[in-house]
Amino acid sequence: MRYMMLIHHDEPALAAADQKQLWQDYAAFNEALSKAEGAESGIRLEPAANATTVRTTGDRTEVLDGPYADTKEQFAGYFFIDVPTLEDAVAWAKRCPSSRYGSIEIRPVHVPQPGGWK
Amino acid sequence: MIGNEAARTAERVARESYGRLLAFLAARTRDVAGAEDALSEAFAAALRMWPADGVPHNPDAWLLTVARRRQTDALRRRQARSAGEEHVKLMAEEIEDAAGNPAEIPDRRLALMFACAHPAIERGMRAPLILQTILGLTAIDIAAAFLIPPATMGQRLVRAKTRIREAGIPFAVPEKDELPERLDTVLDAIYAAYTKGWAEMGDAAPELAEEAIWLGRLLVSLMPDEPEAKGMLALMLYAEARRPARRDATGAYVPLDRQDVGLWDHEQLGLAEQLLRQASSGGPTGRFQLEAAIQSAHTARRMGGVDTWPAILALYGHLERLTGSPVVTLNRAMALAETEGAEAALALLDTIASDRRMAQYQPYWAARGHLLARTGRKAEAHQAFTLAIGLATDNAVRHYLQEQAAGLADG
Repeated sequence: MRYMMLIHHDEPALAAADQKQLWQDYAAFNEALSKAEGAESGIRLEPAANATTVRTTGDRTEVLDGPYADTKEQFAGYFFIDVPTLEDAVAWAKRCPSSRYGSIEIRPVHVPQPGGWK
Repeated sequence: MIGNEAARTAERVARESYGRLLAFLAARTRDVAGAEDALSEAFAAALRMWPADGVPHNPDAWLLTVARRRQTDALRRRQARSAGEEHVKLMAEEIEDAAGNPAEIPDRRLALMFACAHPAIERGMRAPLILQTILGLTAIDIAAAFLIPPATMGQRLVRAKTRIREAGIPFAVPEKDELPERLDTVLDAIYAAYTKGWAEMGDAAPELAEEAIWLGRLLVSLMPDEPEAKGMLALMLYAEARRPARRDATGAYVPLDRQDVGLWDHEQLGLAEQLLRQASSGGPTGRFQLEAAIQSAHTARRMGGVDTWPAILALYGHLERLTGSPVVTLNRAMALAETEGAEAALALLDTIASDRRMAQYQPYWAARGHLLARTGRKAEAHQAFTLAIGLATDNAVRHYLQEQAAGLADG
């Protein structure tokens, strides 16, 4: 099963971490990820403060500074894995250093079924 | 602390009843979910009525009578249209007999365990099913221990129970010719529960290990002539005896060779030794007995200062031939490092290097890192430790590996 792993950071917690150790851990994690079958390296996003949110209601378009919701944890990046079970996906989430400074949302990638939208 | 222990004892007694009653109620209908519903209604009725009316003279018989009534009501509703009336009546009579004579409620827990660990049940669900049916653990507790969302665990448990009913999985201890293979699936399921509780070091995790040991003791008591059941219980006790020494005061990981043997639980070790001796005195030597024997040799090595590495190496050789598992080869390589040196061990590791299971197996890369460091190949050792760090799911292990990698630069 292919999963998208959505990384959410508690940005103040991340900023308070030992940065050298954190990026060493991330280098090790990326190395392990790059060797894993079916995995794809991730994308890291700029902090949520650099986000712009666009919302169109009827014929009115709103363009706002910042992320779509003001929550404690902000979307920060993602990676893909292809593993047999949810348990394996949970193991990869635990390996990801970001899980210690926020959370990892595990989402199965939709596989279109014959017969159209479900 | 003492109050806590008393509460635990009370819980254990209730648990003994729960598994027995559920196994008895489920055995004839093969409807585990239906039996659980009936029993939980009986427990709910007990909570309502006992405080006012007093605890009945024989609580088990009381619970069984109430649960039986719910169960036959439900069965009648379902089977009213089919020709099952006679069957229902027979069953009700049998349950009634048992309720009237509670000392003779037959212990069908063994049959229930064999049903839960049947090869037709998805491998990963066998341990959760046993934990729920024999011990009465909730889907929420099991989900937390197995790191699965509670709703997902709940759905999987429901599916597995439906499968027991609809695939015609028997509630019986298998016949002799089938027994060794079927017993393996039961042992594997209980041991899987133990290793879940072993790997996690959180506050709740040791409880799962204790539950698994409780199941192991139950299995040994129900099958006293099975050496592998004793071997598995011995193996769990060897591991459990070392738990207090596995982390230091700061929570850091302590490898076996640096553990303070004074912190080991010597009562549990003694029990493990005794079980292993009983197991090995008769019958063939199976996987769990071999693994327990290896732990016994490690214990002798650390406590008696005897060099048992040659024995450990030989035992891993037997285990390797029996299981063909690359994880066993990995362990044999570590024993080989002690008897013949790191180069010989690395050569053995190379034979499993292309195994896909090893690519993402953290202990493989940690072992490689240690061996490469011993041969002075620091850059390669660092590369192996880096992969091990990236694959670690446990914080204490990760920190230990980080220290090992950092130590390469100093050494």
